[in-house]
Amino acid sequence: MTALLIVVGAALGAPLRYLTDRAVQARHDSVFPWGTLTVNVAGSLLLGAVLAVPADPGITALVGTGFCGALTTWSTLSYETLRLARTGPRLHAYANVLLSVVAGLGAAFLGYALATAVAG
Amino acid sequence: MSRPSESRVDPDVDLRVPADRAELTAHPAAVLGVIATGGALGALARAGAQAAVPHPPTGFPWATFGVNVLGCLLIGALMAVLTTRPAGPLVRPFLGVGVLGGFTTFSAYAVDAQHLVAAGVPGTALAYLAATVLAALLAVAAGDALTGRLLALRGGAAR
Repeated sequence: MTALLIVVGAALGAPLRYLTDRAVQARHDSVFPWGTLTVNVAGSLLLGAVLAVPADPGITALVGTGFCGALTTWSTLSYETLRLARTGPRLHAYANVLLSVVAGLGAAFLGYALATAVAG
Repeated sequence: MSRPSESRVDPDVDLRVPADRAELTAHPAAVLGVIATGGALGALARAGAQAAVPHPPTGFPWATFGVNVLGCLLIGALMAVLTTRPAGPLVRPFLGVGVLGGFTTFSAYAVDAQHLVAAGVPGTALAYLAATVLAALLAVAAGDALTGRLLALRGGAAR
């Protein structure tokens, strides 16, 4: 059952990452990978909130391990950083990693704070 | 057939690469279907690794660390192959966007670090944050370089 919930969550999260990435790229003309940053920060916020309060293991599998896990990615982030370091200004590569880590961690804390505030 | 352009930055989808830009309108159901399938397979493999190597609340999240570093090594290798050899239009969406994107995770990375801080071990959190960045970037560069060298060797042997 847990495996099935992970499958369902991931089958939604991975295509949503792809579609969000396309939508974000279509709206600006920068080489900076804002699309991947968007999904990584949004997924960290949601997972921070989901794991902040005691939740049903099924919800954790579906939304946490499945959806947030597949929505967010390290492989895409690392490859983008490699390409930015080789093709563009080095500063873009450093900024991509630093911004991802700081914003992702901040989002995790924010999600935790919001969920605990709402749960009272 | 799609041959990613040299201008690619984003391996998931890069709208400056003509084949990427056209793929969703050309076969939307197939592209989204293989991404969903690959993502589910990758997520199951990640969950398996996390279940096999659980970590205590104050411990270093080795399973997620290993999954992320391995996924970065493999995306480097995959993109090196796809940059030099033409492949079918669903190969990158399935293996890159789906399997490796679903296998690796940024949300667990960020939230694990937040939990380590909350558990009173900020030093471990900082070590985990830094070690993942360093190992992930070394892994993607190694996957790219080693695969590029192997392909060059095979190309040379064929001539």
